[in-house]
Amino acid sequence: MRNMGVSDFPDAFKETREAKGVCPFNDQDDPVAMLLRFKDVRKSAHDYKSFISGAVPGRIVIPSEVNIRDTRQIPFEVDPPEHTEYRALVEDWFKRPFDSTYEAGLESIILSELEKVLKKGSCEAISELSLPIQSRALTLLLNIPLKEAETWISWGTHVFRSEDSNLDADKASILYDYIDAEIDRVIAQPDDSLYSVLLNSEYQGRKMTKEEVKGVLVLTFAGGRDTIINYLTNTMAYLGEHPEAMDQLRNNPALVNTAIEELVRYFSPLTHMGRVVAQEKEVCGHVAKEDTRISLCWASANRDEAVFENPNDVVLDRKMNPHVAFGFGTHKCLGATHARQLMKVFLRVFTQKVGKLTVVNAVENIEDWGEHQRKVGFDRLEIELNPIE
Amino acid sequence: MAKITYITKEGESLVFEASSGSLMELAVKNKVPGIDGDCGGVCSCATCHVHVAPAYYEKLEAPSEIEADMLEFDDNVNEYSRLCCQIPVSDAVDGITVEVAN
Repeated sequence: MRNMGVSDFPDAFKETREAKGVCPFNDQDDPVAMLLRFKDVRKSAHDYKSFISGAVPGRIVIPSEVNIRDTRQIPFEVDPPEHTEYRALVEDWFKRPFDSTYEAGLESIILSELEKVLKKGSCEAISELSLPIQSRALTLLLNIPLKEAETWISWGTHVFRSEDSNLDADKASILYDYIDAEIDRVIAQPDDSLYSVLLNSEYQGRKMTKEEVKGVLVLTFAGGRDTIINYLTNTMAYLGEHPEAMDQLRNNPALVNTAIEELVRYFSPLTHMGRVVAQEKEVCGHVAKEDTRISLCWASANRDEAVFENPNDVVLDRKMNPHVAFGFGTHKCLGATHARQLMKVFLRVFTQKVGKLTVVNAVENIEDWGEHQRKVGFDRLEIELNPIE
Repeated sequence: MAKITYITKEGESLVFEASSGSLMELAVKNKVPGIDGDCGGVCSCATCHVHVAPAYYEKLEAPSEIEADMLEFDDNVNEYSRLCCQIPVSDAVDGITVEVAN
């Protein structure tokens, strides 16, 4: 059924996608041609030789981060063949969320946060649920003590952004300084965390450098923060307005498998990701000139009517759902296994413990992409929760 | 009950039996290396790519457009490539052999 109200996330790109397929966006005088159609997005994501990620660090991110960081995020900002070896080094570690002990850890974190707010009866969902759950779950991915999450929670929702600026170098340096200090601490006192595993890993026959280790950690922190927070918060807004979905998920636990894919398609927590053009190439009538940027607009591709039937409806049991919410191709999201497991456990625990969720007040977070304004999540979501009877 | 044989990248044969679900679900349940089934079977991840033994490939229903498009961009594609989340376990596939592609 069609959504209404606060959990409605409109397709911001429909008209331009259908009429032109490409949309220009001027980002800090380094323009971007946003690709909006599913087929173009997938084809260009696959073509890592023409559209590269291994550009100046921060340039493929939109808004560009070239002015606020020099550290290259790994393996994200490296292309094959180097990418292949880096990715192989971390792939197994990032599949740990499949383990039953990891799943149990997530369940315990979510249960504990949910019980706190159920006692109160109401809360602001981002600061009291999404952020603490995201942060505490990250301790599992890093394999470090749970209490470390308190530091990250104290940073607030945006690692790179402050209230008056989309890109805040001072705020970003908090994260970089923290990771530098943690790397030094683990060098002095090795443990069984991701830090130690990386410091002991060999790349091209030599030990990973501190800068490379930092690159993986920055990616892990930055890539999995706003995205997961939006995914969780938006899902709560949806469940609040769709009590029938709560019932379906409660009565049919297997439904979570397709539901998490559909919700991530519908919300597309990361709107797009850039690439730098290695050599001039035409895409969808746009001549992408060398050393300019394109972007792969996952959010638009995920609403493409040429691929998805009723793309603006949330269909929890959608059987065929080739969404690109976790990206596509070589650079597909490294944290996707963690995100999927977190979301599965969240839906299961939430629908078992919460009988009713009411949205009391919502402040939408609208991104500005020039001609297009896209709702990606919320700045505030005040909710009331009633335990299941 | 259908008997399914998976051949891993290391050349090991793993045989399992099932009467429902998909070839991907059976592989994931039994932890067949190289078949992750990240997306749970909605044709979004291509982490269940296999090469079907030629004698059985023809017996399967042809891949849908969505599956074919996914395979177009994956590594190690050949004419017998399938995403095994799209192959249901049934008597029709009893005895099938599939090789893990990636």
